[in-house]
Amino acid sequence: MTTVIETMALTKRYGHKWALRECTLSIPKGNVVGLVGPNGAGKTTLLHLAVGLLAPTSGSITVLGGRPGDGPAQLAKVGFVAQDTPTYAGLSIAKHLRMGAYLNPKWDRGLAQGRIDQLGLDPRQKAGSLSGGQRAQLALTIAIAKRPELLVLDEPVASLDPLSRREFLQGLMEIVAKYGVSVVLSSHLIADLERVCDSLVVLVASQVQLAGEVTELLATHHRLTGPRRDPRSLPSDQTVIEESHTDKQSTFLVRTDKAILDPRWSVKPVTLEDLVLAYMAARPPSSERDAWAPLGLVS
Amino acid sequence: MEGVWVIEFQLESASGVATYLQLVQQVRQALQLGILEPGDQLPTAQQVVAKLAINPNTVLKAYRDLEREGLVRPRPGQGTFVVGTLPRSDPATQERFLTSMSSWLRRARAAGLGPDDIEAIYRTAVRNLFAEGVA
Repeated sequence: MTTVIETMALTKRYGHKWALRECTLSIPKGNVVGLVGPNGAGKTTLLHLAVGLLAPTSGSITVLGGRPGDGPAQLAKVGFVAQDTPTYAGLSIAKHLRMGAYLNPKWDRGLAQGRIDQLGLDPRQKAGSLSGGQRAQLALTIAIAKRPELLVLDEPVASLDPLSRREFLQGLMEIVAKYGVSVVLSSHLIADLERVCDSLVVLVASQVQLAGEVTELLATHHRLTGPRRDPRSLPSDQTVIEESHTDKQSTFLVRTDKAILDPRWSVKPVTLEDLVLAYMAARPPSSERDAWAPLGLVS
Repeated sequence: MEGVWVIEFQLESASGVATYLQLVQQVRQALQLGILEPGDQLPTAQQVVAKLAINPNTVLKAYRDLEREGLVRPRPGQGTFVVGTLPRSDPATQERFLTSMSSWLRRARAAGLGPDDIEAIYRTAVRNLFAEGVA
């Protein structure tokens, strides 16, 4: 088995509202995958479907070869840290770890204790008195000490200050290097995702707008600036993601696998942030379905 | 095991250079300056990611590139070690190209081209050269 999450036309509806619409994805094992998109795009819905907190309206989702939330064996394979890294405010760190040991058959006591020591936390301290960064680290410790094959993190660093955020991601990357766990995490902080992710999924308006390996996405997107030009006159292998024109000048963000040879263009690489913003701002896929076929991760 | 290693990686996130390339360049530079020598150990992926908060695969990709160039070699269970050296580029060669470049630039200026024109020509030429290379 080479995928951790596989979805086929995965759909979740609340009444008339689409939370996720025909989302087809294949997330390879051993990857750190970032999930980005505007608020309300369906990120949390997708993550909750993956851990079994929600059931799909239609379509299917397979996580590590099983149905999400289907029995103790499946639950043991997936670690989940929900939004705002919740912990039990009235319980001490030591009690959190005891509860973890009690609830999880594969609980790694040494790992949990080692991380608490490394973080310099007092096990007697109540979770309610921890800083945001410490609480996030505690939640991550519990999620990894159950020794899952997949870690799912819903905006784990959203409310953290820059230093705590960096420390959290350092800890997370150390865990990935040490235990080879696959990770899916959502975030609005694209610069962070660029550092830690192999692959990126952009969700916009309940649909997958873009998916692929970060290096490939960066290598296949370019910003072209030159004399004003009709986008239809561009070579057929160049897909226009974003365009703007003055009377004399045109600027395009294009996707292409080929080299751009036209000497009239000034060609610049795009940052991941520009790329994601362009896809977020672009019109939702409709008649241009083919032009929008996501890259890489989708079969 | 807390090993002693010779170099520490730094990241410039605003440089626009891919992270793995920054790591490759830093090793190459350390080799060119003689800071790294055969037998020296590079930091393990785990040590690098714990400091820089980057994806472990990025480090492995950088080390694979360096291995392909024959500069480092992994020893199973121990880590990645420097096995090659990089000669400093020959000063005479540098001098020769600087001279021919300078005379080209003088001709360009005499033809009325400014620094921006020259840079645009340079960029286009480099791009075309690399496009030839991949085609």
